[in-house]
Amino acid sequence: MNSGNGIAIDVKGLTKSFGGREVVHDLSMQVKRGSIYGFLGPNGSGKTTTIRILCGLLTPDSGEGTCLGYDIRRDAEKIKRRVGYMTQRFSLYQDLSVRENLEFVARLYGVTDARGAARDMIRRLGLSGREEQLAGELSGGWKQRLALGACTLPNPQLLLLDEPTAGVDPKARRDFWNEIHALAAEGLTVLVSTHYMDEAERCHEIAYIAYGYLLAHGTVEEVIAKSALTTYTVTGEGLNELGAALSGKPGIDMVAPFGTSLHVSGRDVAALEDSIAPWREKGGVSWQKSQPSLEDVFIELMGRSRDNFQ
Amino acid sequence: MSAVDHPAPRREVGERFGFLRRSYAMLVKEFIQLKRDRVSFAMIVMLPVMQLMLFGYAINTTPRHLPSAVLLQEDSDLARSILKALENTAYFRFLYEVHDIDEFDNLLKSGKVLFGVEIPRGFERAVRRGDRPALLVAADATDPVAASSAIGSLGMVVQTALKHDLYIGDPPEMPFEIRAHARYNPAASSSLNIVPGLVGTILTMTMLIFTALSVTREVERGTMESLLSMPIKPVEVMLGKIIPYVLVGFVQAFLIISIGVGLFGVPVLGNLVLLALLSTLFITTNLSIGYTISTLVQNQLQAMQMSMMFFLPSILLSGFMFPFAGMPAWAQYLGEGLPLTHYLRIVRAIMLKGATMQNLHFDALALAALMLLAMTIAVTRFRRTLD
Repeated sequence: MNSGNGIAIDVKGLTKSFGGREVVHDLSMQVKRGSIYGFLGPNGSGKTTTIRILCGLLTPDSGEGTCLGYDIRRDAEKIKRRVGYMTQRFSLYQDLSVRENLEFVARLYGVTDARGAARDMIRRLGLSGREEQLAGELSGGWKQRLALGACTLPNPQLLLLDEPTAGVDPKARRDFWNEIHALAAEGLTVLVSTHYMDEAERCHEIAYIAYGYLLAHGTVEEVIAKSALTTYTVTGEGLNELGAALSGKPGIDMVAPFGTSLHVSGRDVAALEDSIAPWREKGGVSWQKSQPSLEDVFIELMGRSRDNFQ
Repeated sequence: MSAVDHPAPRREVGERFGFLRRSYAMLVKEFIQLKRDRVSFAMIVMLPVMQLMLFGYAINTTPRHLPSAVLLQEDSDLARSILKALENTAYFRFLYEVHDIDEFDNLLKSGKVLFGVEIPRGFERAVRRGDRPALLVAADATDPVAASSAIGSLGMVVQTALKHDLYIGDPPEMPFEIRAHARYNPAASSSLNIVPGLVGTILTMTMLIFTALSVTREVERGTMESLLSMPIKPVEVMLGKIIPYVLVGFVQAFLIISIGVGLFGVPVLGNLVLLALLSTLFITTNLSIGYTISTLVQNQLQAMQMSMMFFLPSILLSGFMFPFAGMPAWAQYLGEGLPLTHYLRIVRAIMLKGATMQNLHFDALALAALMLLAMTIAVTRFRRTLD
């Protein structure tokens, strides 16, 4: 077990097809131990498939790598013992109570005092008083917490969370992320897939995957910098008409309204400047050169990948 | 949930006895789920009781008190005692006593009686002289099942009646040569045959369906994905899912046999412990086959259909419905592959004949072999990944 090198996940060239359709294409990634790694991308981009390959639920068609130092092909059993996987769909037993679900997980992993471990986890989750409630009767937010509790109970070294906060209210989401940061501080590595940009910004590193291709990875700043995107934020009157007029002009890759402002972005700075020049001279709106947001970068990446791969 | 406030004490994750721990975890979970599923729980008790009551009373291949008529052409003591003996079998109920052959024929034709007995003129005297006179018994054989067992009992009944009446000694020659010899069931009572058979049939049906749905249910509820990501092996999943139902099956078998003994008067001549042991083996075999079905199918509907595909031949080819020995050779070979065939032999032999293990080791081994075969298929077929 080469845990000394500080890499939790190290995979190269992962490919997986279903019925002739390639869902994951030549994917390589490295995740540092103790870090929170965000996995972003549109629906059907291959995030869930990649996570399932990492925890041994799917066998890749090609590619290789290690998870916690164990070979993802040969040592699936050892990986399973040290990885907590939280599925996208709530997958605890709905007809079992909170306590029974946790005790089941504890027993399955051979935790020495299953009852005690479940009791501690109930306290930690703030579910005291609800331990006999059926898991299926909990609210969405509590279900997510319970699911997270169930995967952290056997003391895993790596957490794989597949869209854990989908459909959860903002307060519960914030609590959830505080817990994830607390777990990472204890040394746990967390790989989490999400659609939310604010959650992406809470990750130490992120990867963007679309149509099975890993398009960008690094810290949030690095991803933004690497995009080489120039963005102008336009504020003022008649932004809808302006947006409609600008989109499709040479050098303008993306026009997106953001509340009372409009983001106009492009990779070719010179062409972008040329295209917007006639509009800048007109009055009524103010133009400000700004940093592209992560969302600008992702939407632009997605648009580009669609052109390339579809 | 603040990790900082309540740092959980780190607990050991044990590697020892992993197999037992994990199987136990699964078993506890299955038990709780079964307990919580009220409908299934009620079915465990209701199903065998209802089926046994229905079939035990309804299926009767040896009907009793069949309406009968007698054509008396002489009024002798011997004639009276033959009639009495016939009535004592409980097969015949003499509703009409006629003195005219036309009336006698009409009763039979109209279906008012199923049997007619004619005692000819000079019957007693002929018997005393050793002339072997004919005693005509006319049966309405349109329902052969109803008639056959009553006819079968005739010869013996009349013989005994004659013997007890001491009109003739212990004669080497009898007026009737029909010989009926129903061992273990002298009265040819069908509940004696059907109740032990029902134990096997009911157990096959309930056990098969319990486990046939177990894996597909996890897949359909989405819990399988989670379960597969945990360090549990296919054998452990299987044992955890089978063992709780062994107990359920045992309770059912106990219920059926108790009702059989209590209500239908079926004897248990053999050893109860042996019966319990071999019943457990049979229960486990069926559970394994059900579990195998659930690893082969994709959804609960398919699981039900496949269970039925297994259940029907079990009823038809096992000797429950039709005598096993009467089936063609190919059907007998098929029947040997069904657990119910072997269990029927076992349960009938132990209950009705007082058989011991020495008589039954072939069928016990066959059950064990079928169980191991099913388990092996199940474990190899269980998908450990979502590929």
